[in-house]
Amino acid sequence: MSTRLATGGRLIDRTKPLGFRFNGKRLKGFAGDTLASALLGADQMLVGRSFKYHRPRGIIASGVEEPNALVGLGTGARFEPDQRTTTTELFDGAETSSQNHWPSLETDIGVLNNWAYRFLPAGFYYKTFMFPRAAWKHVFEPIVRQSAGLGKVPTERDADRYEHAYAFCDLLVVGGGVAGLSAALEAGRAGKRVIVWEQTAHWGGRSPVDGGQIDGMAPEDWVAGVLEQLAAMPNGSLRARCMAAGLYDHGYVLGYESVGDATPGDGRPRHRLWRVRAGQIVTATGAIERPLAFAGNDVPGVMLASAVRDYVVNWAVSPGDRTVIVTNNDDAYRTALVLLDAGLVVPAVLDARETPTGELIEAVRARGVRVLAGRGVAKVKGGKRVQGVQVCAQAGEGAVLEEIGCDCVAMSGGWSPVVHLWSHCGGKLLWDEANACFRPDPSRPPTGADGAAMVRAVGAANGALRLPEALADAGGPPAVAAAEGPMAPVWVMPQGAPPALRFKAFLDYQNDVKVSDVQLAAREGYESVEHTKRYTTLGMATDQGKLSNINGLAILSDALGQAIPVTGTTTFRPPYTPISFGAIAGEARGEIFQPLRRTPMHEWHEANGAHWEPVGLWRRPYSYPRAGEGLRDAVNREISNTRNSLGMLDASTLGKIVVKGPDAGKFLDMLYTNMMSTLPVGKCRYGLMCNENGFLMDDGVVVRLSEDSWLCHTTSGGADRIHGWMEDWLQCEWWDWKVYTANLTEQFAQVAIVGPNARKLLEKLGGMDVSKEALPFMTWAEGELGGFRARIFRISFSGELSYEIAVPASEGMAFWKACLAAGEEFGAMPYGTEALHVMRAEKGFIMIGDESDGTVIPQDLGLGWAISKKKEDYLGKRAQQRSFMDNPDRWQLVGLETLDGSVLPDGVYAVAEGHNPNGQRNVQGRVTSTYFSPTLGKGIAMGLVHRGPDRMGEVLDFPADAGKVFRARIVDPVFYDKDGEKQNV
Amino acid sequence: MLTLTCPCCGMTVEETELAPGGEAHLKRFGPGSSDAEFEGYLFARKNPRGVHFERWRHAYGCGKWFLAARCTATLEVFGTYPAQTTEPPASIVAAIKARRPDWEGLK
Ligand SMILES: [Zn+2]
Repeated sequence: MSTRLATGGRLIDRTKPLGFRFNGKRLKGFAGDTLASALLGADQMLVGRSFKYHRPRGIIASGVEEPNALVGLGTGARFEPDQRTTTTELFDGAETSSQNHWPSLETDIGVLNNWAYRFLPAGFYYKTFMFPRAAWKHVFEPIVRQSAGLGKVPTERDADRYEHAYAFCDLLVVGGGVAGLSAALEAGRAGKRVIVWEQTAHWGGRSPVDGGQIDGMAPEDWVAGVLEQLAAMPNGSLRARCMAAGLYDHGYVLGYESVGDATPGDGRPRHRLWRVRAGQIVTATGAIERPLAFAGNDVPGVMLASAVRDYVVNWAVSPGDRTVIVTNNDDAYRTALVLLDAGLVVPAVLDARETPTGELIEAVRARGVRVLAGRGVAKVKGGKRVQGVQVCAQAGEGAVLEEIGCDCVAMSGGWSPVVHLWSHCGGKLLWDEANACFRPDPSRPPTGADGAAMVRAVGAANGALRLPEALADAGGPPAVAAAEGPMAPVWVMPQGAPPALRFKAFLDYQNDVKVSDVQLAAREGYESVEHTKRYTTLGMATDQGKLSNINGLAILSDALGQAIPVTGTTTFRPPYTPISFGAIAGEARGEIFQPLRRTPMHEWHEANGAHWEPVGLWRRPYSYPRAGEGLRDAVNREISNTRNSLGMLDASTLGKIVVKGPDAGKFLDMLYTNMMSTLPVGKCRYGLMCNENGFLMDDGVVVRLSEDSWLCHTTSGGADRIHGWMEDWLQCEWWDWKVYTANLTEQFAQVAIVGPNARKLLEKLGGMDVSKEALPFMTWAEGELGGFRARIFRISFSGELSYEIAVPASEGMAFWKACLAAGEEFGAMPYGTEALHVMRAEKGFIMIGDESDGTVIPQDLGLGWAISKKKEDYLGKRAQQRSFMDNPDRWQLVGLETLDGSVLPDGVYAVAEGHNPNGQRNVQGRVTSTYFSPTLGKGIAMGLVHRGPDRMGEVLDFPADAGKVFRARIVDPVFYDKDGEKQNV
Repeated sequence: MLTLTCPCCGMTVEETELAPGGEAHLKRFGPGSSDAEFEGYLFARKNPRGVHFERWRHAYGCGKWFLAARCTATLEVFGTYPAQTTEPPASIVAAIKARRPDWEGLK
């Protein structure tokens, strides 16, 4: 059993006991525990089930590489699945639950998969796709569904808050072990601004557990001294619980800080995402121990040797009473010594090497422990807990030489430097034969903006795995540690393991990838490591291959008969360990997810029941439903009132760009398809803008303000984009033209006064002559209207008598209210964007984004009249001369009227004779806008139809959902007041 | 995320402060050009592994467009310069040559 030892534990505080629950069971731990150490201390080795076969899974590691011990943590709005117990600090009242089992952790029905696992080999998911459809639907999908998903999705909105923070420094040191601290101290003394991040809550890395002497001191004492010095430096910053998630271009690093994880509800953010720009980066990220592949290496109680000694030394937790050590290197012997010092039993060390010798080995032998050289594990006995190991010769095929009873197996397959950050932004690796690992290639580092190296790896992260080397590599003080002999590159135990053993030798514990799966992939032709990864799912679990990817690469290389560096590694991608979505979002959620643009009259709309519609970052009233009135009815009322009496629209969101200068006319002639330079002062003209591909991109009314200035109205969503478009051409193509642009969209409030009574309202406000004679259609005037400085544009998007009046934004609200008051006796009523849309459709006016979609040219929309034939050039002209554009076979704008007066569904297609090569009906047109017209009492629509204008009166079929076919006749797109009599009064 | 120095306002800024504009030094072809010329202008873009010239706009700063010469493989920036030019200035060409002696020049 695993248990809490009576003494020791450098990280726990026995005066502060903490209570927590696992699957409802009350358990106890201490301050300083991780969830994993507390669970082990409470004899809870079995903590979950694997993803595919639901095999029992125990704690295997003590850090970020843990693939098994993931739990659901918290409740309700603070529940989160897949929390790694080895890196989660215990807190009082923590609620934890195991995952991926049914009905219980102890008795799992899904373990049936275990029996069927001969039928779920590598590539199972892909292979099922090749079966007949029926097999997928009735046989495989139910099986896959059963085992899909890890943990449960939270059901409530996250109660915590998250934040982003920014920092700059000369040197960012990632990793607070002895190498990282050495590098930080050196830079700090040189006066550099230094930031040091350590992903755990503790400084010093492995050295306090692994021992040795630094500068004549115990590692722990040396670390404490350096921390004091760094903390005293004004140019130094130390941050624990902060993991460097990714390293990007030009020294940009993302850090993920756990702030309030262990103190839920205390008001602090749960996580903080650091966005740091560093001049130089030192990766002192250490190394991760590898498992060994032998049959039954996934039975709970089989652990990494380093993790076993971490639990004993750091948390006074004994993972087992009797621990057999299996290794291919000297370092694992430290675990034997630690266990012996704690009074625990080490029945044997199985060393795969034929003649292991060295200081550590002799020390273990001297304590009376059997060291079996050239031996390996044939098989681990036990189901939910280790019961013993069968010993075999490493060089053989697994013949059992003896059986040793134990409840824990501590394995070590050597160490892999953590090269993730080095690799994120282009750093390359080399193969280190002596340590059988990939390590950073100093001649091919990630480079910065100046082309020089921006990252330096130091210590174990650089392949300097032993204490004295690590410190020397990082520029630290001299150190001593027990000398170690060479390790042996052993990946599978025994060397000649037959299929039955390879079948139970696990590589990826979470995804149940075994040695046999990787070998199968190689036999089936998967030679690329990237393909093998996806085929077998090796390294695709939440630990992303930290534990055993190298083992998998080695086995693949062996199967392919090539050296490991030839096989290479999979791509290292950020984040290093999973980070929360909350941290990524930071404070951008809810109300402040994105900025909200408000017109000067926004508050009035809000107070008067506006139903909002988002338009870009703006929010515009869709309509103003009255109490008890449905949205549809409100829109119909607003339309009828505007057509028959008087409507008011807040048009402030309309883009307003002033273009001024001696060459402004020439410039606008290039930008618009029609001629703007000839527009007389005092007049307005509707204009179209195309991109260089000839496609329509924006439209609006252009106003000639003065001899050298024009005001260009754009669509509401297009103002910034069009202003940018203008600036692009002025700065990058026609930079010698004398033109200045200013986007004044927010400087003016604009109100449309629309309907037969519009003139009466303006006359009542008084101050300007708005008669037909003084201010005819498509002209404008400036003056004082009802005491407001105003520009009145006599333009119409509804077909009614209409004035659009611009006033300074600061006076917008007062002007809106003045209009409402003045218009009351004439039946004035505000209307929203939906009424606007219906009225423009009744008039056959196009809407950018409805009738245009980035593939439509003005000629398709019957707007040829707005394209100048005289101009030599304008943006899009050359493109419109291409044969496909200049072609009568294009789909063109028409009106559509259903035979029964019903409303066509939006976006439906008109079918033609025959089928295309995919067996779908051929099509000859589609609906672009469709509404119920209260004015006409029936559905009206616009659409693009093949040669449409030549086919007036033809009836087309529009199949819709559920087999229903709408039949509609091609008609003129202008449904209402074809001669424009209403707007010209 | 790159950092580039805006030659207009002199600020060295994060990529999030900039808007990308694609390949630099394109020659515009309008009415009267051949189909091949127009196709080249509108669609054919270089995608080199190595020295490249790009358009960037200091969109959330001074608003000015500028051009950058950089290496797409190593992310090294050889320099930035104002957009009002049809070819890279001599100082930029020299900076590239110094770092990439084999570079054959803007083609
Ligand atoms: Zn700038």
